[in-house]
Amino acid sequence: KIAGPGGDMQWCFSQVKGAIDDDVAEADIISTVEFNHTGELLATGDKGGRVVIFQQEIENKNQPQFRSEYNVYSTFQSHEPEFDYLKSLEIEEKINKIRWLPQKNAAQFLLSTNDKTIKLWKISERDKRPEGYNLKEEDGRYKDPNTITSLRVPVLKPMDLMVEASPRRVFANAHTYHINSVSVNSDNETYLSADDLRINLWHLEITDRSFNIVDIKPANMEELTEVITAAEFHPHQCNTFVYSSSKGTIRLCDMRVSALCDKHSKLFEEPEDPSNRSFFSEIISSISDVKFSHNGRYMMTRDYLSVKIWDLNMETRPVETYQVHEYLRSKLCSLYENDCIFDKFECCWNGNDSVVMTGSYNNFFRMFDRGHRRDVTLEASRENSKPMQVLKPRKVCTGGKRKKDEISVDSLDFNKKILHTAWHPQDNIIAVATTNNLYIFQDKVN
Amino acid sequence: MEVNIEARRILAVSISKLYASRTQRGGLRLHRSLLLSLVMRSARDIYHSSRESEVLSGAQSAPEEPMDTSSSPGEQTRLPEPQPEPQPVLNSTETAPGEPDNTEDGCDSEIIEDKENLSPAKQSRKRRGKASAAPDFLPSKRARLEPGEERYEVPLGSCRAGESLTTLSLNRVIPAF
Repeated sequence: KIAGPGGDMQWCFSQVKGAIDDDVAEADIISTVEFNHTGELLATGDKGGRVVIFQQEIENKNQPQFRSEYNVYSTFQSHEPEFDYLKSLEIEEKINKIRWLPQKNAAQFLLSTNDKTIKLWKISERDKRPEGYNLKEEDGRYKDPNTITSLRVPVLKPMDLMVEASPRRVFANAHTYHINSVSVNSDNETYLSADDLRINLWHLEITDRSFNIVDIKPANMEELTEVITAAEFHPHQCNTFVYSSSKGTIRLCDMRVSALCDKHSKLFEEPEDPSNRSFFSEIISSISDVKFSHNGRYMMTRDYLSVKIWDLNMETRPVETYQVHEYLRSKLCSLYENDCIFDKFECCWNGNDSVVMTGSYNNFFRMFDRGHRRDVTLEASRENSKPMQVLKPRKVCTGGKRKKDEISVDSLDFNKKILHTAWHPQDNIIAVATTNNLYIFQDKVN
Repeated sequence: MEVNIEARRILAVSISKLYASRTQRGGLRLHRSLLLSLVMRSARDIYHSSRESEVLSGAQSAPEEPMDTSSSPGEQTRLPEPQPEPQPVLNSTETAPGEPDNTEDGCDSEIIEDKENLSPAKQSRKRRGKASAAPDFLPSKRARLEPGEERYEVPLGSCRAGESLTTLSLNRVIPAF
C-alpha cells in the first residue's frame, strides 16, 4: 500500500533503538540492517560482532493507527576477533552483511559474515520444557539405576519463551581478501560470497568446500585496476548473478555458460561525463552497493553521489539516475581528506519497486519515487522522535541565500552518516541506521 | 601553479593515508589502497604535466628534476608495467628514493625511467642517511589552504622537501598483498 494518487507518503517516527549517549562506543556502530522475507524480523549487525534481531509484535487491535512495534527478539555474539598468525593480521569481528534465508520450518536461519568467515545461524523458539524425569536429579545428574523402580515419561510443560541462536554451519578459509557481500540463491540451497577479487559459490549444507565462480585477480598484482565491490543473485533466476566493481561497472553472469564466470554475459557501464573529471573521479564512480528489484527486471547501483537504476536489458546506460547529494561534488577534496569519500552507502527498494532509498550525511536519508518523479530528504534524529511525529522534509541550501529551515552544505555534520537502510518487503516500514542507533519509521496510516 | 600545489598536497595526503592504513585493524584494505593509488597517480600525472608546461613556457626548473625536461607526458602516464623488483612497496618508499638516487643514476630521463625497471641486483637497497619513513619528494612547507578547507593532520616527519615524484612507483602499492 503506497500513497494514493497524487498523495505524498508521510513518514512518521515509530521507534529508535540504541544508546542515547553522544559518546559512541565503537563496538556499537551498526554495520548492517536487514529485514527477513516477511518483514516480521529485523536484524542488525555491529562492529562488535553482535547480531540483534527485533521482532514485530502481533498487531495491537485496540490501536489500529499504529503498526506493531519491533522489540528485541534475540541477541547473540556472531563473530569474535581473530588473529591470522601467518600474515600477522587481526581479523575484525565486524559484521559486514546479514542475509536471511526464506523460512522453511519453525526456525529462522540467517547468514552473517565478517571479513573472512560466514556463519549460518539458526534462531529457534523454545516455549516448552520437559519436566518429570525420574532418571535424573534436579541438577541433571543421573540417579543410581538401582534406585529406580519405574519409568516415568517426562511431560512437556509451558515455559517462558526462550529464543536460542546456534551456529549451524561455519564457512571459513575460502577468502584471501575481505568479504563484502553474501547473497542467498533463489534455489534455497546455494549462496555466494564475494571478496575484493573473487566470488565463491557455496552449498548451505557443505562447509568444507566452495566453488570459485569469479576470479579477477591479475597474474601480476601490479596490474590490478579494479576490485569487486558487491555481488547479488537474481531474485528468481538461480543461474544469474551480478557483481559491481570499483570502476563503476556491473557484470551480469550466467552460471550455465561455464564453471568459471570470468566472462560476463552482460556488462553495464555508463560512459563518464568528461566535464566532471577530477582527481577523484575514479573514487566517486566506485559502486558501493548493487540490489536487484523485487521483480527481477531492474537493478540499482549506488556510487558516491548518485543512485542509478538499470534495466537488465540495456547495458549502455542506466534508465534512471538520481542525485543523492550533488552539492558535495565541489567538496570532494575535503571529503577525501576527512576520509568521507570512502564511505560505502547502501541502497534499497520498497516492496513494489516504486520507491528507492539511500542514506547521506547529517543523518539525512533520501527517497526517490520513481513513478511520480519526486524525491524527499528526511532526517533521523532524536529531536524528531515523539511517537508518530511526522517527519518534515529537509533541504540543503547549495548556494545563495539560505532560506529558513534550510541547512547549508558547510553546516552538515559529516560524522553523522546513514550508510545502512532497509525497507520492509511488504509494508511501508523502514529501518534507518545512524552511527549507533536504529530508527524505525512508518508511513502515516490514513 | 594552483594545480601543481593542489596535486602535491593531494599526494602528501594520500601518502599519509597509505601509511595510516598499515596500522589499521583488519589489515590493509585492497579496495581502499587501490583507490588511494589511483588518486596518487592522477595527482602525480597532473603535477608532471603542469611542471612540464611550466618548463615549456620558459620557467626555471631545478636541476634535480631531469624528468621534466626530457620526458613526454605519454611516457608519464603509461600503464602499469611489470616490476621485476621483489621489494615490498613500503620498504621501497622508506628507502626514500630522492635526490641522491637521481644524481647517482644520472641526469637524463631514460635512466630515471629505467630505475623503475631495475633488476633487484642493481637497485640500491641502502637506507638513506636520514632514517625517515617518508619519501623525499613531499613538499617541505605546508600547502596553502583554500578558504574553508581544513588542514589535514599529517604525522610528524612525513612531509619533507623533495623533487622527484616519479621515483615512487604507485603500482607497487598493491603487491603488499
